[in-house]
Amino acid sequence: MYEFDWSSIRPGLPFLWTGMKTTLYITVTAMVAGVALGTVLAVLRMSKSRLLAWMSAAYVNAFRSIPLIMVLLWFFLLMPALIERLLNVPRHADTRLTSALVAFSLFQAAYYAEIIRAGIQSVAAGQQGAALALGMSNGQAMRIVILPQAFRNMAPLLLTQTIILFQDTSLVYVSALADFFGVASIIGTRDGRQVELYLFAGAVYFLVCFALSSLVKRWQDRLKGHA
Amino acid sequence: MYKWRWEIFLEQPPGGGGATYLDWVFAGLRLTAAVSLGAWVIALAWGSVMGVFRTYPNKLLRAISTAYVEVFRNIPLLVQLFIWYVVIPELVPASLGTWFKQLNPLLQQFLAAMLCLGFFTGARISEQVRAGIESLARGQKAAGLALGFTMPQTYRYVLLPMAFRLIVPPLSSEILNLFKNSAVASTIGLLELAAMGRQLVDYTAQPYESFIAVTLLYVVLNLLILLLMRWVEGKARVPGFMGGGR
Amino acid sequence: MITIRNVSLVYPNGFQALKDCSTSVEKGEVIVVCGPSGSGKSTLIKCVNGLEAFQQGEITVDGISVGDPKTNLPRLRSRVGMVFQHFELFPHMTIIDNLTTAQVNVLGRTKEEAIERGYKLLDRVGLRAHAPKHPGQLSGGQQQRVAIARALCMDPICMLFDEPTSALDPEMINEVLDVMVELAREGMTMMCVTHEMGFARKVAHRVIFMDQGQIIEDDKKEQFFGSPRSERAQQFLSKILSH
Repeated sequence: MYEFDWSSIRPGLPFLWTGMKTTLYITVTAMVAGVALGTVLAVLRMSKSRLLAWMSAAYVNAFRSIPLIMVLLWFFLLMPALIERLLNVPRHADTRLTSALVAFSLFQAAYYAEIIRAGIQSVAAGQQGAALALGMSNGQAMRIVILPQAFRNMAPLLLTQTIILFQDTSLVYVSALADFFGVASIIGTRDGRQVELYLFAGAVYFLVCFALSSLVKRWQDRLKGHA
Repeated sequence: MYKWRWEIFLEQPPGGGGATYLDWVFAGLRLTAAVSLGAWVIALAWGSVMGVFRTYPNKLLRAISTAYVEVFRNIPLLVQLFIWYVVIPELVPASLGTWFKQLNPLLQQFLAAMLCLGFFTGARISEQVRAGIESLARGQKAAGLALGFTMPQTYRYVLLPMAFRLIVPPLSSEILNLFKNSAVASTIGLLELAAMGRQLVDYTAQPYESFIAVTLLYVVLNLLILLLMRWVEGKARVPGFMGGGR
Repeated sequence: MITIRNVSLVYPNGFQALKDCSTSVEKGEVIVVCGPSGSGKSTLIKCVNGLEAFQQGEITVDGISVGDPKTNLPRLRSRVGMVFQHFELFPHMTIIDNLTTAQVNVLGRTKEEAIERGYKLLDRVGLRAHAPKHPGQLSGGQQQRVAIARALCMDPICMLFDEPTSALDPEMINEVLDVMVELAREGMTMMCVTHEMGFARKVAHRVIFMDQGQIIEDDKKEQFFGSPRSERAQQFLSKILSH
């Protein structure tokens, strides 16, 4: 039977917390940027201009057919070179975090866009008619009447997607960026206690995600009750 | 200025023994397909069982299924993979663990990846099977029972055949996700498609060509599976139900 | 044939659906159960074949106790036919398969026997030509007639009907009622939850009126329609019959 030795965890907690902060930073940034860009994409998808609609659809479909790891690697391996060339700026070690932020934001936007699009379509068509009949422009109708309702309907789904994002940030492992899992892995390898650290990481993720998704589920049930 | 050299794919890596870089890429593609298909079989089988458990009128079965789904859905895939690869061999009975650790490394990586992906996807499939069964409403269950079917018979003849037809669309997005998720196996060293992309970047000086090729292959793979699932959806359609055949 | 004695049922959420209900159905009798929504009539009928579990009282069908844990419920249910408000045909099977699946897998008949019986009953309800189709391709009235045939294929000793015409468009109600009338005239023991008073007047022997989980009236047909004893039954009748 394996001899468990959890002693590496306590002294590593400050380091693990730094990693968790990185994880949270990426999650929140990508969520905000992703939702913003996703909203634009969703609105464009329904635009009268066939070109804009097509471009939005192409973007969403492209990002949804490639593994997240590939997107991360694209930005991790190729972006510094691009920045160097475009801006004539020497390489930084910091570009790892920047490339991760850009990658996650662009990737998540494609997923948020689909949720938001469904949300917009779920707002009854009559709402837009009523807004226009009052003299609002299309843009006003969207801003004042449709989007607020769409977001309220879709908020639980957006949150669920964010919980998935929180889990996906662990993939920055491929760029050796030290998020929570990365730190756990480093400590585990350094002390030869990988088993304990991986189990610890799994437990932490489980507790956080389970708690958050339970909250979201409760919120969804309450929304359904009012439907 | 970057020099584009698409002919790199026809060149051979130094000391590579006759294979071109293109062969490498296709070897990676084959591994991706193999590990994904193996995982899909596990996921479908195990996920269906768990989905049935979740709806069965038995508290213990429902609890087991709920626990399974919650654990496998709330831990990141990458963490699960490392747990399968590093932790589980240490926790299973000594003989099984030693057997695993003495396997050819490729086999170790393949097995760990396949099991990980299989159980991860199985949790998602179990939720869809559950949704399918629940959407049939209690009426079908009652009708089956009223005819004298036992509960297992009711599941077998009435509920499951219909539930599986209903969930073909969400199942097709699951299999697509599975193929994409297989890329995490590159982190434990499995030389599937994504890992091959990195290899090519390391060996050649042509990172853009390498990545574009690998990315394109994922897109094509995606399209092929999508088309295949569309065909399956067509076959699974029940006349008169949900707008088919009336 | 069916005896119901002091049956009470409380749902898990605390709502009492049945309060001390007692009645009986003799062989060959046709009983109509009526009453306002929520009166417990569907619940009562579902207790007879064990689809709903009651906490107090006793129900026997052909001498077999429904509530007894030792009773083989599937076996009992295979001898009691049930027709549902929403037909509940199995959408993934053809009509003929709907009729044969339980015969083969529950009664153990051979496929040939089952198909022969199935066609005979399809003829009886006038739908033989639709045998190879799927339920979704039939109208509501046709589906319900198939549902009746499906129950009859099991050669039941009695038939339970749970609002069989409530989900049908008006023009299809009669085709289903005609089948039920014929069944009654042939001597089938029937217990029907329904609002169709014309049907009750034609073939029922007794009428049971329920309200708020209790059996208020249990009269011979003539008495029920002529001079019901309770005021609630009178109110109900006047509202229904004024259509």
